[in-house]
Amino acid sequence: MKEAPTLARRQTLLEQMLLIRSYELQLVALASKQAAPGTCTSIGQEAAGVGVVAALEDTDLILSNHRSAGHLLARGADPGRMLAEVLGRRDGYCKGKSGSLHISARELGVVLTSTIVGGELSLATGVALSQKMLSRPGIVACFFGDGAAGEGIFHESLNLAAVWRLPILYVCENNEWQAFVHRRETMTGERIAPRANALGVESATVDGNDVDAVYAAADAAIAQIRSSGKPFLLETSTYRLRGHFEPDDQSYVDATELAAWRARDPLELYRRRLTEYGATTAELAAIESRVASRLEAALAFAQASPMPEAAELHTDVYA
Amino acid sequence: MTTITVHEAISRALAEELRRDARVLMFGEGVATKRPDLLAEFGAARVRNTPLAEAIITGTAVGAAASGLRPVVDLLFAPFLCYAMDSLINSAGKLRYLSGGQFEFPLVAMAMTGTGWSVGAQHNHNIEAWFAHAPGLKVVMPSTPADFMGLLKSAIRDDNPVMFMVDLALLHETGDVPDIETLVPLGQAAVVRPGSDVTLVSYAKTVRVCVQAAEKLASDGIAAEVIDLRTIKPLDTATVLASARRTGRVVIVHEASRTCGVGAEIAALVAEHAFDDLMAPVQRITGPDAPAPASHALEQAFVPSIDRVVEACRRQWKLTAPVAPRTLRRA
Repeated sequence: MKEAPTLARRQTLLEQMLLIRSYELQLVALASKQAAPGTCTSIGQEAAGVGVVAALEDTDLILSNHRSAGHLLARGADPGRMLAEVLGRRDGYCKGKSGSLHISARELGVVLTSTIVGGELSLATGVALSQKMLSRPGIVACFFGDGAAGEGIFHESLNLAAVWRLPILYVCENNEWQAFVHRRETMTGERIAPRANALGVESATVDGNDVDAVYAAADAAIAQIRSSGKPFLLETSTYRLRGHFEPDDQSYVDATELAAWRARDPLELYRRRLTEYGATTAELAAIESRVASRLEAALAFAQASPMPEAAELHTDVYA
Repeated sequence: MTTITVHEAISRALAEELRRDARVLMFGEGVATKRPDLLAEFGAARVRNTPLAEAIITGTAVGAAASGLRPVVDLLFAPFLCYAMDSLINSAGKLRYLSGGQFEFPLVAMAMTGTGWSVGAQHNHNIEAWFAHAPGLKVVMPSTPADFMGLLKSAIRDDNPVMFMVDLALLHETGDVPDIETLVPLGQAAVVRPGSDVTLVSYAKTVRVCVQAAEKLASDGIAAEVIDLRTIKPLDTATVLASARRTGRVVIVHEASRTCGVGAEIAALVAEHAFDDLMAPVQRITGPDAPAPASHALEQAFVPSIDRVVEACRRQWKLTAPVAPRTLRRA
């Protein structure tokens, strides 16, 4: 296990969360004026992703889903190449063939992003089997939501990982929403974590809007996976503050519930905490300003990137 | 040459590839139980039983293939693949493309199908065309022990996902295999009987039906050429078209149901590229658009028979009689 983060490290976590928030708001703005395709955001869930990714080593691998921007940016992805991907440009991480929904960046260890809900759960066991059989050091972090936990593959994946002792950190970002349906309509109980225990996988639940708490819980879980070689499920309790697929007016969302979660916005919570820990107004303003200029440059880079040639239709189909 | 069964050919190919490449591993329901020789030689890490859960068997194979291993998975019966479709179609077939070429998926998914065991439609469903329609996959369906061995070895060495469909009625068929290691390349059809008057295009168990039909036709003075596709995707269009252009008559024979089957693709290919050389309409002799029955009598009626193939070829002939085919084509 690692030591508690320093103030400087905490400022980096805040900057990552702010980068994710601002990047996704920029996408929403572009989508709203039809300047970019629609997209799924993780707005409100930034702490859950950043806290887990911060606890991983460079040799660890990440599998993600359709709300992947946070995981990618926390891992160090270039927002310019991500925006280029979303805009269908040649310099995107996937040459414009993915769009926003399935961005993988192998160079960052973000592999096999699947937007089929639960797809990442089906693939994580195989990636972890390779890590184990080829004696590679890294574990596999697999991000999915409470919706994916309703798929049969959730059960199959955790069961096989337990039986074969695969080094997987299952990260269930329970954001209360399964596309356009609230979680309470689709499951009894409040939590996914107890299901893991029934399959022989240890689990923990953490406040997913508190990045320090997520970091500490992920760090402990990862240490346990490294020492035992067995999988672990960490459930981060959070909330999707925006709609399923932008643009989305959220007319189906209960206003009282939304307001309650807005009051627990992970960025606001963390700004306040860092101020208590001694961060100055000037330091926080500098973070805002760095993020804003990075995203300005990112958008300029993406918009300047050429569109792919039509011949790209036929490349990368087969190896 | 040694004479072995298809079942032995598959086992030999698996053993040779597991021995040759430490990245190759095999898993599925009962794989370790049913292949004790492989388990003994290669150990429990590389020859594994799995839960009875097709979606995670193939998903695990796809994830492993993308990250350095070369898995072979046995799904038992082809209809069970329905549980495995997401990882095969959406992941193995698409994630190389969607990632801009960042990943390769060297895996083989094996499944048995076809009439012969009276197991009914939830164990017998020739769904090879489904996979041929899906981008990014390859589809193999051999008919002889030598081809099972050579094609399975090539499939394991291929850097793409390969569906390896096993016609279960062929498992105990015997044939000669070379004593030295021989690979059969994917995407290459075989002309198993040369002929100049009509082309019979087939694969799997109906290749034998076509050869027997060709023998009958020979007594009528009709020389039928029989092509075994061996690989359905990528399709050996050159061999099919060269034969169609030479004979001017094409009959396609397969056990799978008719609508949107492999035969429809071959018929379209010939119509698009060899129309000027055709002397009669392309015909398909296929299984019906119905589930496969269990009753032995109905199973036999499901499969294209020698008589149906012979009749189709004679009809081709009548359509162009009394003008000699060569004369007509050159006119």
